[in-house]
Amino acid sequence: MTDAAKGFPLPSSIKVVPGTEAAQAAYPYYTQFVPEDDGKFWFYNSMHFPEPMHHFDMITAEAAYVAMGAMNTRMHVLPTAKGVDHRIINGRVYIGGVVVTDPDEIAERVAEFTSRANFYYENWEQLYEQWKDKMRALIAEAQALPSPTLPAYEPEATFREGNAVAASHDLLKIYQQQVEGYHRMWHHHFEFLLLGYGAYMTFFGFCKQAFPEISDQAISRMVAGMEAEIFRPDEEVKRLARRAVELGVDHHFTDNVDIDAVLADLDKVAAGKDWLNELEVSRNPWFNVSSGDGFYHYHRSWQDDLSMPFAALPGYIAKVKAGENIERPTEQLIAEREALVADYRELLDTEEDKATYDQLITLAHRVFPYVEGHKFYCEHWYTNLFFNKIREFGRLLLAHGFFGPDGVEEDVFHLAQYELESAIVDLMLSWGVGAPPRGPAYWPPIVAQRKAAIEEWGKHPTPPALGNVPDAIDDPAINMLWGITRENLDSWLDDGSGNPNELKGFAACSGVVEGIARVVKSVAEISRIQQGDILVCQVTNPTWSPLFQKISAAVSDIGGSMSHMAIVAREYGLPAVVGTGVATQRIKDGQRIRVDGGKGTVSILEDA
Amino acid sequence: MKPVAWFADVGIHDRPTVGGKGGSLGELTRAGIAVPPGFVVTTAAFELFLAALEARQPIRPLVEALDPDDMDAATALSQKLRARVMADPMPPEVEGPIMDAMRTLCPDGQPVAVRSSATTEDAEDASFAGLQDTFLWVLTPEDMAHKVRECWGSLYSVESMTYRRKHGLPEAGVAMAVVVQQMVDALCAGVMFTRSPTTGDKSVITIEGAWGLGSSVVSGEVTPDKWVLGKITGEISQRDISDKHARQVPAEQGGIVEVENEEPMRSQPCLTDAQLLALREVGRKVERHYGKPQDIEWALDKAGNVLLLQSRPETVWAQKDAAAKPLAPAGASTMAHVMSVFGGRK
Repeated sequence: MTDAAKGFPLPSSIKVVPGTEAAQAAYPYYTQFVPEDDGKFWFYNSMHFPEPMHHFDMITAEAAYVAMGAMNTRMHVLPTAKGVDHRIINGRVYIGGVVVTDPDEIAERVAEFTSRANFYYENWEQLYEQWKDKMRALIAEAQALPSPTLPAYEPEATFREGNAVAASHDLLKIYQQQVEGYHRMWHHHFEFLLLGYGAYMTFFGFCKQAFPEISDQAISRMVAGMEAEIFRPDEEVKRLARRAVELGVDHHFTDNVDIDAVLADLDKVAAGKDWLNELEVSRNPWFNVSSGDGFYHYHRSWQDDLSMPFAALPGYIAKVKAGENIERPTEQLIAEREALVADYRELLDTEEDKATYDQLITLAHRVFPYVEGHKFYCEHWYTNLFFNKIREFGRLLLAHGFFGPDGVEEDVFHLAQYELESAIVDLMLSWGVGAPPRGPAYWPPIVAQRKAAIEEWGKHPTPPALGNVPDAIDDPAINMLWGITRENLDSWLDDGSGNPNELKGFAACSGVVEGIARVVKSVAEISRIQQGDILVCQVTNPTWSPLFQKISAAVSDIGGSMSHMAIVAREYGLPAVVGTGVATQRIKDGQRIRVDGGKGTVSILEDA
Repeated sequence: MKPVAWFADVGIHDRPTVGGKGGSLGELTRAGIAVPPGFVVTTAAFELFLAALEARQPIRPLVEALDPDDMDAATALSQKLRARVMADPMPPEVEGPIMDAMRTLCPDGQPVAVRSSATTEDAEDASFAGLQDTFLWVLTPEDMAHKVRECWGSLYSVESMTYRRKHGLPEAGVAMAVVVQQMVDALCAGVMFTRSPTTGDKSVITIEGAWGLGSSVVSGEVTPDKWVLGKITGEISQRDISDKHARQVPAEQGGIVEVENEEPMRSQPCLTDAQLLALREVGRKVERHYGKPQDIEWALDKAGNVLLLQSRPETVWAQKDAAAKPLAPAGASTMAHVMSVFGGRK
């Protein structure tokens, strides 16, 4: 129903929360809503940006949309869709697709796209190997960037070697190189993404046509890769659990330990040192996974915060000691996948259909390693390096008083990327001029204002979409990446009229479980999870998979049935509902809830 | 041919003598699928019985002479013939073997179900619906013999006789087999389709069930619980648990009686996930045996064992399959397929 009474509000009707006007104005001018935007449809990108944006973190949206637009519009030349526009209000990122409707332009683009996409599909494996080399080189470049420092005097070597460019210049260079690298990473990220999803969606569409009642889960199980990088971190934790038992140091790992103390204790004995060496092997690179989805600076990696692997170790150790095999049965999983593919094939009516099915599943298998694997290199590994480099600038600015006496290095993320560059130039000037920088007087009140704004924005719900609903969502990119369809929008419009104790999401893994909800908003809280609890979290991420051994079901705000968490949940046979939108807001910690992973519903049964 | 044939001795090809139901139960028994034991009163028994009747007074010539448009005459004839089928003595060469078979089947006086088992495809048509008699919880050999007569008698219902006359079917070929089967005091029972009745999807199994005997589900008196399972994956993708207000149970004096279900029973699912998966296994086995999707009646005994009461090929979607066209043009290039996603709305 799209009657006026049920439409979404127009962008111009959304007011900036009083008191946060300055923080709103500090986002780039091209991300501010203007009156003309009322003529367009926008939706809140809660999938990637579920929380109000720190000003620096906007670079993630900006760099991603620069790259995605360039790929869709100019590189692959998608016939009917260009990039996505983005706007920000009250810290919330809204996006809207740019579609091509002129038949002549579409025809022209079809010709370009056909030739370009065909090249990718024909040479996929080789291109993907090349892609991994590019990403490893990019990561190595970022790792090689020195920490920004300002010495009291330039060492003599600087000019004796003929360079004579002062350390202050390196600040700018490191910063700009890091920003440049981040943008380049997003180009790599989108190089295959749409083509990969498109191939998968083609197989998906064929299956839905041939088997109208097939579940999304069954299709993704047919396609899912077995060697994907994203499974490795959890496998490494299992390996470390096994090694701890073999080395006889397993008694160090219990629930809620002081991690630093454990590491120090282990370092005192030979077997403990051996285990620490094993830990180093696992960490590089496999602990470069974000505990979130890598879109916010505060989604820290296991590398920086060992809470997640340490929370999982006691459970795995207990299983190893009980003689259980905790290794992932890859060969068995592959055999099961092959059987699934063959059994569905057998049900097709005609030989022609079987031939098409073979063609499309082959293509899906070909593209899927990228679809599953790219996140490890992009959103996890590289993004973590990137934010840590920015943190180093935070530390430097903090040391020079930029965030005031009570400041912390994390305050740097309250500066937009262009503001940060200006603060760096301020510091460069001050160091060279030999006079105090202006930043220490300038930034602390701004940082305080933005902190308050983000907190305030977090209290205000934001509409899921803005503007008039189009008759159809024709944008394949929006369909594929965000799962937004006309049907979704209708259900969003109906939201609120239904039962407040009933939540709907994507059925990620079937099974019905009742239990105690553990609403976990950050990694810091994972130690609260007890055996048998139902995990309720915002972002679903496979890096939380070590926790799956402890919980009885999982519910998330964000994610589709193809999300990595859904894939991992299926592997653990754990009932899961993802993409509920509001689970962490509606469900209170300790409430009894029922999760129906087959239907995609979550019911709140009683209060805590 | 003998008047009695045990399930284990017949198969689907014996339809002309044991009927479709009897042949199917024999086939399932031979395929190693758990079916309550039983026997078929064959068409030979009916022919012997009819011959004894004809020897005293004609039957078939009267039906052949019937004007199908004369309803009064048809009604009068039906009453007369059915009364004879019920009352005329049964020849000992028929009565002896079927009573003996019942005693062998039910040494401890176990109850049986007595069902008609039609011998021709078109006998399963709606116009022959009157022929599909079922008598549940029959306790004694004498009562069983009585119910067998009732099944036979339905061949001489007004609808059945006028249908044959209108279609010019010769009376000489008209015969009826009757299935006598040990009865399951079902905890719950229902039906199972090994493809979707709504979309024809062959990759799912739909199961419907309710408490007590399956008659409440088949007759539509109780809204059953409904589940959809992945045939291949076993995932339970849909669960609709209904308010099952009543169930049918055996009556003390034989036959069945309806009783009210109390809470929480009425709103509880009648099958566990493990039982659903066990049913799915049986459904797949039967489907594999026949090589085509099946429409199955099942029951769960009090010990939780799955038993099949009937299985027949699904027909509605099977007809549509025959006209099925490929979903995508044969031999299309990868790019042509992918354009269905990238090329915009079709």
